[in-house]
This record gives sequence, structure tokens and C-alpha cells, in this order.
Amino acid sequence: MLPPDEPTAGITCSVNGQDIRTQVPLRRSLVDWLRHDVGLTGSHVGCEHGVCGACHVRVDGQVVRGCLMLAVQADGARIETIEGAADPLTLALQDAFFRHAALQCGFCTPGMILQAAELLAANPTPSRAEVREALSGNYCRCTGYQPIVDAVMAVSADMPARQA
Amino acid sequence: MTHIGQPLPRAATLRLVAGRGSYMDDVSARGELHAAFLRSPYPHAGFRITGTAAASALPGVVAVLTEADLAPVCQPWQTRTGSAPGMVSPTQRALAKDEACYQGEPIAMVLALSRAVAEDAAELIEVEWQELPAITNLAAALDADAPPAHQGLTSNLAWTTEMKGGDIDAAFAAAALVVEDRLTFTRSTGVTLEPRGVLAQYNPASQALEVRISHQMPHQLQRHLADLLGVSLARVRVICPDVGGGFGLKMHVYPDEIATCAAARLLGRPVRFVADRAEALLSDIHAREHIVDARMAVDAGGRILGFDVQDVQGLGAYSIFPRSSTTEGVSALRSLGAPYRFSAYRGRLRSVLQNKVPTGQYRSVGHPVGIAVAERLVDLAAAARGEDPLEFRRRNLVAEAEMPWVNPLGARMAELSHQQCLAKLEALLDLPTLRAEIATLRAAGRCIGLGFASIVEFTATGPEGYGRAGVLVAAVDTVVLSLEPSGEVTARASISEIGQGTTQGLAQVVADAFGVAPDQVLMGSGDTATTPHGGGAWASRGAAIGGEAAWGAGRKLRAEVLAAAAALLQCAPETLDISDGRIIDASGPRMTLAELAETVTFRGYELPAGVQPQLTVAHHYRREQDTALTTNGFQASLVEIDADTGIITPLRHWVVGDCGRLLNPLLVEGQVRGGVVQGIGEALFEACRYDETGQFLSGTLADYLLPMAGEMPDITVAHVETPYSGSVLGAKGAGEAGTAGAPGAILNAVNDALAQHGAAVSELPVTPGAILRALGRLP
Amino acid sequence: MKPARFDYARPATLAEALALLAQPEAAVLAGGQSLMPMMNLRVARPALLVDINRLPGLGEIRLAGGVLRIGALARHAEVLASPLVAQAAPLLPQALAQVAHAAIRNRGTLGGSLSLADPAAELPACMLALDATLVVASARGERRIPAGAFFHGLYSTALAADELLLAAELPAAAPGWRFAFLEVARRHGDFAMAGVALALGPNAARLALCGVEAGQRRQPAAEAALAAGDPAAAIAALASTDAMDGPDLPAAQRRHLAQVLLRRALAQLEAADAAA
Repeated sequence: MLPPDEPTAGITCSVNGQDIRTQVPLRRSLVDWLRHDVGLTGSHVGCEHGVCGACHVRVDGQVVRGCLMLAVQADGARIETIEGAADPLTLALQDAFFRHAALQCGFCTPGMILQAAELLAANPTPSRAEVREALSGNYCRCTGYQPIVDAVMAVSADMPARQA
Repeated sequence: MTHIGQPLPRAATLRLVAGRGSYMDDVSARGELHAAFLRSPYPHAGFRITGTAAASALPGVVAVLTEADLAPVCQPWQTRTGSAPGMVSPTQRALAKDEACYQGEPIAMVLALSRAVAEDAAELIEVEWQELPAITNLAAALDADAPPAHQGLTSNLAWTTEMKGGDIDAAFAAAALVVEDRLTFTRSTGVTLEPRGVLAQYNPASQALEVRISHQMPHQLQRHLADLLGVSLARVRVICPDVGGGFGLKMHVYPDEIATCAAARLLGRPVRFVADRAEALLSDIHAREHIVDARMAVDAGGRILGFDVQDVQGLGAYSIFPRSSTTEGVSALRSLGAPYRFSAYRGRLRSVLQNKVPTGQYRSVGHPVGIAVAERLVDLAAAARGEDPLEFRRRNLVAEAEMPWVNPLGARMAELSHQQCLAKLEALLDLPTLRAEIATLRAAGRCIGLGFASIVEFTATGPEGYGRAGVLVAAVDTVVLSLEPSGEVTARASISEIGQGTTQGLAQVVADAFGVAPDQVLMGSGDTATTPHGGGAWASRGAAIGGEAAWGAGRKLRAEVLAAAAALLQCAPETLDISDGRIIDASGPRMTLAELAETVTFRGYELPAGVQPQLTVAHHYRREQDTALTTNGFQASLVEIDADTGIITPLRHWVVGDCGRLLNPLLVEGQVRGGVVQGIGEALFEACRYDETGQFLSGTLADYLLPMAGEMPDITVAHVETPYSGSVLGAKGAGEAGTAGAPGAILNAVNDALAQHGAAVSELPVTPGAILRALGRLP
Repeated sequence: MKPARFDYARPATLAEALALLAQPEAAVLAGGQSLMPMMNLRVARPALLVDINRLPGLGEIRLAGGVLRIGALARHAEVLASPLVAQAAPLLPQALAQVAHAAIRNRGTLGGSLSLADPAAELPACMLALDATLVVASARGERRIPAGAFFHGLYSTALAADELLLAAELPAAAPGWRFAFLEVARRHGDFAMAGVALALGPNAARLALCGVEAGQRRQPAAEAALAAGDPAAAIAALASTDAMDGPDLPAAQRRHLAQVLLRRALAQLEAADAAA
């Protein structure tokens, strides 16, 4: 609910393939809007100042910090969250994260997986150091990162590009 | 046993990788209000709230509350513990009254239709501040002219104690070598990626409070909410859903969380408070602020005679409720030198009040401090004697044949495997090759260091720990099992899950104890309405204590099911067994668990007279001996220092640990690696800093530096398994040892590298500037 | 941590954007990677956000007539990956690889970084070392400002409140010039404790620092020494930079790091020359 004088704007966009038209408060971040208004709680809020990466979502195919973009800026955009990311890379990463225990509390995991998928899409055969560098903008406080690197490397090893 | 000990992936994480978890903030209540707090901008100030009209008048604001508003529904509290008799810790309130004693202490709260509006309104509350002299610097807090952290106190010394045994003066008089150092530990904090948060609802008709909160101990909190808000305990329901990291940070009573519950009670409307990162860094517990002066006496044969230690520990403005911040100081002193044989010890602890947020129990409470100090002294002694640091350790480690070993502090250590762990570490490192590599790199001008730490950790605290001190923290746990009509088993545990994977371990235990596959055991925890009272998650107790409860419950359910099956099959229960979800005898499968449960549940008339199968059973586990279970291990760290920039890069890290029986090595290794990286963070990056006026400088994640993927090394982990003989499963605590040893290993590695240049550092975290100053590159 | 209230406009044309910027307390919203954190922390409280993300053509990168023109709205990731940039301004990819992290680089813009003028940021130093000209516009018209005159010190530039940065124009790397960007940060992607942006040509040099001085400027004494073929004197000259001071990072440390980095940058170029 909003007070009567809270400024809002109308937006039309697609979220996980669903077209939506709605009013959003001007000052609501994209991730807050997705979580509290759309009901997609898979992207998390960890810092709201662009440091931790827990809020990652895809906007027009690119991974962005959901806390540093306003919902109103998503007008006309194609948004994907972890719940709707059904590309083979993301699915393979989800499975690998499970098998390698690449998560504990899981709060960072959706953002981490989206970032890892973007890395592998651009570079299917990264070195461990390249994986570590690419994931440096995503904090994990639980795993010590090593199992995450293992999981990403395992997906990389299974990718068709590598076998070709 | 077919599942205990297997590295099975954690079933619950399938939800989390899909973004289908349910954290505190993932659920809303209809009609909820959002809370924002006005917090003291000063480390110490008197205040008077002179106007709330402007805030209240803002559209969307429902209430502006101060201490006086909450007083009728919320009692103040004060930390008292028999473990620290005579400790001075002033009364604390959900909202401060008249005097704010740390920057970030909440003094008023706004409830509004959105968090944004609540924040707008909090800015409009008018306050008359009267700044008071503040004491934040630990080194100065006990000076005669230091301002008191609270008005009316005559000293900032909250508590002091001396822990001693043996003849310390004789030990130092007889010493052939005395080494000493002063180590300074800067405050760090847990930074759970999910900040603290709570959604509270009060039903005035039923006088019932329901609290959904990101917390480690639902039952502990239930008790305190009942006491503080005057609601009957059984009418308080605390739900801890998926918890986005705990590390000890989420086991305390926080004023803002209590205020949120009190506001819900006062207004009869759901109230949500989720700490943002800035207020989390400002108001979550900090930990590990110590200045330790330590000396170690060594005889001519290189044997440790004793330790003489002075620890000044920063508590912050209050000793944390309910466990008391002093626990950390006591734990630091107790863990100092614990792996070694020595005959005399004197440790003086002074716990000091300051105008900073309270410190509290944080992963591996006190151990990283005590271990870093002792291991530094051990390296200094080895260097002074011109011998290999591992040889010095090998000579002084308590031998397996000497156990149980009670050291001069009265700390009892049993079933430890120092020698085995050391041998395994040396094999893992391939030490001759590694040393040769280091020599080659050094000859090429690289600044490389190798450091070690030997560890004893006190884990899985039993009923004596807090019980004797009169602190209401449960150390016993219960598991309830039900055989469902489908043949699946539902389990409800008073142990709670905060991501460490305990419930997966317990599912494997239940599976083996009962006779089903782990995926047939559905675990529930973290809800006072569905689980019996118990301890939750603290002190690495899930496997050691929860595991025993799970085993006992599984065996009880097995006996009930076999008795019922025997009655139906008209045979003796001893001829039956449960395997892979089926009841079998020597001839093979006789019936499935589902068939049995359906019969009992839906067709009870088929059972013979007098047979009353109990398909729901509970097992409660109370350990009767050993105040804590000791674990042991070794860590080694290889670092490189860029001598021009002072940047330290951890290259490799090795851990050999003995946490008793491994319920699930995949999960244990996850705990170890994550713990090590938290320890590396503490050693190299993490610091809660304040300026000279007491203003907090580490208020964002751009200022408080956490370890990131790019800087962290791969960590090799190996195990020695010495099961605890006092329990069925033999598991001990595994969740904190990584953090316990890493800072000491890193510090020793850094100093090993610096020693090539005749330099040393003694302050954690070790900053690039400290390295450059130590090397003489900077004034 | 929610921003204070603001109004929001998303102009479709440059003229519309410039008209909006003439309103009081208007702020440009480009990538938002610096502005949004400050707004979330309520350190920045603009009355009006002018979202320039849909302005056509503002993100273009093109090379023509020996001049590389990078539109203000070009994202860091685009500049980093651009073959034109790699060819004409090889310093920029070296620097951008060290700017923040992938998701930030997907949104953050060249114009945003230059307009903010954070003393620790990499790109202002690069503009100085590359002798850039910055093209800015307001409703009053367009003007072109040499990088040396654009940066006015800590978070301060020549941009008037109603002006918008349109592009940076860089002379394409001339034959014989070599470039090095080096920085020291506590962690990968952090703002630099110190950084050097160096362009070294035949008997000429351009050198700028980041993370050292509060203002962004070239280092004429060091440049003169480099042009004269005296690297030792150039390194020595950095001992007298007007370095920022603070408890965590004293001025002496920043100066020391700047000297270390210049020495390493020169060694790197020398090694590359030897390899070539």
C-alpha cells in the first residue's frame, strides 16, 4: 500500500515471459518491485548499494544489479529472474551448485548463478582464475567460494563448445 | 549404516538454487506496516524527543513510537550471568530512554505504509541532542580520565577475572626462553548476506504473538519475547524460515527486533522490520576487539612451561543479552595454547564497556584470538631456538596416550589426535618439496611465507555451560518422527537450519536408524509451534547433540513399527527388520512401510487387541558428561606479499581436522572452507573502524571489506576421524574450526614472509599499510 | 535504505533532456551505478531524475578522421569489448578491466564516471592521459572542453548544473605511442588505492593518477622527465604529489604506491618493447 501522494508511473514490461502493465512508485527499485509487487522473491536484497550481487536479475538479456535500477526504468524491458531463467546454462548451473554444495544459506545463489551463466555464455572455457574474477562482484559468506568455482568449472567441462 | 558418512548433496538446496527459498522477507502479512528506526547519530548523547507531529502528519505514517509508548508492553532487560559474577552491564531497552550509548542505538520508531515513507518520517522526528564525551578506543577505555560509557558509571571496567593454574612465577623463573608479543585485534562482524529482519503479528483476541524472524534460536527467542512482552510462552510462536546466514550474529536479543514485536502487540497490526545494510553494519553485534599481551615460558629443551596473558576485551555499550559478551574473552583465554602440554597458566581478562555497538558471540567465539596469540608465541619460540616451527609444535602437543588431559586451566581434553593430524598435514603439504619451492621463489626475490596453526576447539556445549550460569539457553535437543501413511517419515527437530546443512545430516541419521532412504525423511525445523523446545543452532552442536536425538528417535520408531508389523504378521519382532522402506524377514520383504502405516492409520481394527502402535515418537537427548566436546586440527597457509605495495595474497591453504565421526563429509568440508575464508577475512580485510570522535567508518560494504572470490585461495581439506566415545554416533562440532585457526595461520605465514626482511606485524587485520611500515617502506 | 522522493522524467530527445536539466536540483540518471547507491543511502537527494538511457545515439562508439568518439551513454562493458577502442585507445580496455565488476560494467557508463569525477575512478585519469576532449551540451548550446580543463577536483567538473556530457573525443593512438594502466586495490574491482594512466610517446608523455590526489590532473613534472628520457626523475617527481590523507590510507602511502606503479608501468612497456 502507498500513501495517496506517493508519485508513481505506469510501466509495461515482460517478466519471465509474462507481459505486465502496472503502476510503480517512482522510488521503488527493480528488485523491491519484483519481490514485493510481482511476488518473485528469488532475487534478494543484500546491500542496496550495488556491492553484494544478491539482487542480480537479467534485463534485456544482461545481468544487472536490481538494487541500482528503478522499476520505472524497466518500462519496455524484458526481465528475467532466477525463477524464470530456463536457459540450459542456468539449469546446468543450478544442478551443479546442488551437487557440489556450492551454497549453504543460499541467499547469494540466484545472483551468483545468473552471473556465472553470463560468464559461460561469453567464455565457455574459463580458467579457475577467470571464474573467480568474474564472480568477484557476488559475495558469498558461507562457502568460501571454492565449491562455487568447482560447480562452474564442472558445467564448463560439460558444455558442447568444449567438446567441439 | 549406509547413509551416515556419505557425501550426499543437501536436498533442501534444490529449492534454494531455483530461487524458491522462503526467507524472512519473502512473505508478507496482509495489512502489514513497515518499521524504520531513528538511531542515535552520536556514540554517546543525552536526548529528548521534542516533536513527533511532523513525522506523524506525513501521509502514510500510522504511528511514531518512543520508549514511553512501548514501556506499557515491553520490559527492559539486563544481562546477568553466573559465568561473570558482578559484571556491570546497564539496563537496556527496545528504544533508548534519555541517553544513547552507541551510534546506531534506536531511540524512536516509525510505522508506515511503506519503508520509504517510514524513513521519510524518521527524518522528521525532532530531537534535542546533548552530546556527551564518548569512549570508543579500547586502549584508552580504562584510563583514569576516560569518560564513562554510561552516565553515572565510575569505571568502564564491566568485569574482570583471572583464570589460572599451576605456579606461573616458578614457570617463568625456570624458563630458558621467554617470548612475548602484543597482538591487537580489530572488531569485525558477521555480515550475514541476509540482514536481520522480523515480521510480527499479535492477535489481541487470542493474546497470541506470531513472529517470523531470521534467527538461529527460535526457542530461545520465544522465551525472551514471552518474558519481555508479557505474553504466555506457549502463545508465542517463533518461525525461523530459511535463514540467510547466521554465524552467531542472529542469536542475540536485538532492541529493534523486540521493538518491532512490541509495536505489533501495541497496535494489533502486523509489523515488518528488515534491517538495511547500513543499519545492519551499525547495529548487528560486532566481535573480537582485543588487545592481548602474552608471554610464554620455554625450558632449555624447548618445552612450554606456561603462559601469562593479559586480555583487554571491548564489550561495547552493553554485555550482549542473554549470553553475555564476556564469553568471548573467557573462550579466548581457554583456547590459548590448548593443544599443548604446559604446567602453569595465568590469564587476566578485563572486559570493558565502550560507546560502541555490543560485541557478541560470533563464529568460533574467542578461539581465533586465543589461537592466533598462542601460535604466534610458538613461532617466536621456534625462531628463537632456531628450529622448525612444526618440530617445536610436535614436541609440545599433548600426546594421544596422555589423554584425557586436563590443563592448568581445568580444561579437559579427550580423544584428540594432534600427532595424526600433524602427520597428515605434513603428507598433504609434501613439505620437503614445498619448502624447496619456497626457497626457489625467495631466491628469485619473491616474499613468500608459510604459517601454521594448531587448534583445539571447544564445541557442542552441554547443559552445564549456560545452565549453571542461570542463562536460559537450551543445550538439549529433541527429534520427533512420524511415519506417514505414505511410508515417508516426517521429522521435526529442535535443532535449526541456518544453511550449514544440519538437517541433511540428521536425515541421513534418521534414515539409517530407521531403515529408509534419506529422501524419504522430510525434515522440519525452526518453528516453535511444530518442534519441541531445544537449542537451535549454536556452538557447532547440530551433529553432536541433534544427531543423537535423531538416532534415538529413529530407533524408537523402528521398534514401534517392528512391533506393529510383528503383530500383523504374527511373528516375533526380532525376526523382522526394516530395509529400504520395507519390512523384511529372513525370507525377504513382507510388507512396505506404507502398507503398515495405512493399516495402522486407516484400518486399525485389523490389529490384535492390546496393540497400540506409536507411529509418532520423540527422543530427547541430554549429554550427561563433558561440558564441551573438544576437537582438534591443523591449518597451514601459504601467502605472498608484494613488498612494494603491501598487498598480501593467500596462495594456498590446508586444513586437517578431527571433528569425530563425519555424518556427511561434503557438508563438513563446506563448513571448513567457508570458516577458513571468514578467518582469512578477519586476518586480512574485515574491520569495524571508528574515527577519533567515535564515528563509525565502516558503514557500507564498500568500507567493510569482505573476502571476494578473486582473492581467496583453494583450500585443501583432510580429516582424521576420532569418534567421541560418549555418544552413539561419535560426532563432534565441525562448524567453526575453520574460522578458529585461519587467522593464526595467516598471521604466522605473513610473519614468516616478513621475517626474511627482519620485519613483523602484530595487528589484525594486517593491512597493506602495516606491511609497508613494517618493511620500512613507509614512515 | 530507500531513496528520498524525487520526480522522474525520461526524455526521448536531447533537446527535451536539456530543457529538463535546466530545472532546479535535476540530476542525470545514466547507468545509475554511482548515483543510485548514493540515493539509496540518501546522500544524494535530487528533486528530479532525468533518465537519459533512451536518448538515441548517445552510446555510439565510432572512429573517424583519426578521432575516436565514445558516446557518454556507452556502457563500460561495451567500451571494454569494442574493437575500435582496442585499436584507437588501448589504454581504456586496460583500465576498464579493473573497473568494478561485470554487472556494474553492464550498466555503468563512460559519461557517468567522468561527470561524477570520483578521485579514485580510473576513467578520468585515462581521459587526461589520452588527451581527450569532452563534448558537453545545454539548452544554451554545445561546447568542447579539453580533459585538463574539465576536471575541477574532488567530485567537481566544468559541467554546469544544466549541462550534459555527450561524448569523449580521443585522438587515435599515434604510431610509436604505448600505453599502460596499473592500479593497486585491496580487492579486485575495488576503487584504486592508487593508479597510473600512462601514455608514452617518442619524446613525449602524458601521465595522470587516480586514487592519489583529490583532483584529477596530469603530472607535468613527471611527464617532462619522461619526455627527457629520465624515468628515475619522473618517479621521483611523484613524491611531491598533493596526495589525499586519511587514517586508513595516509598521503605518504598513496605517493609511495604511485611511484611503485609508475616504475612498474615503465617496466611493463619496456618488456613489451623488448618482446616486440
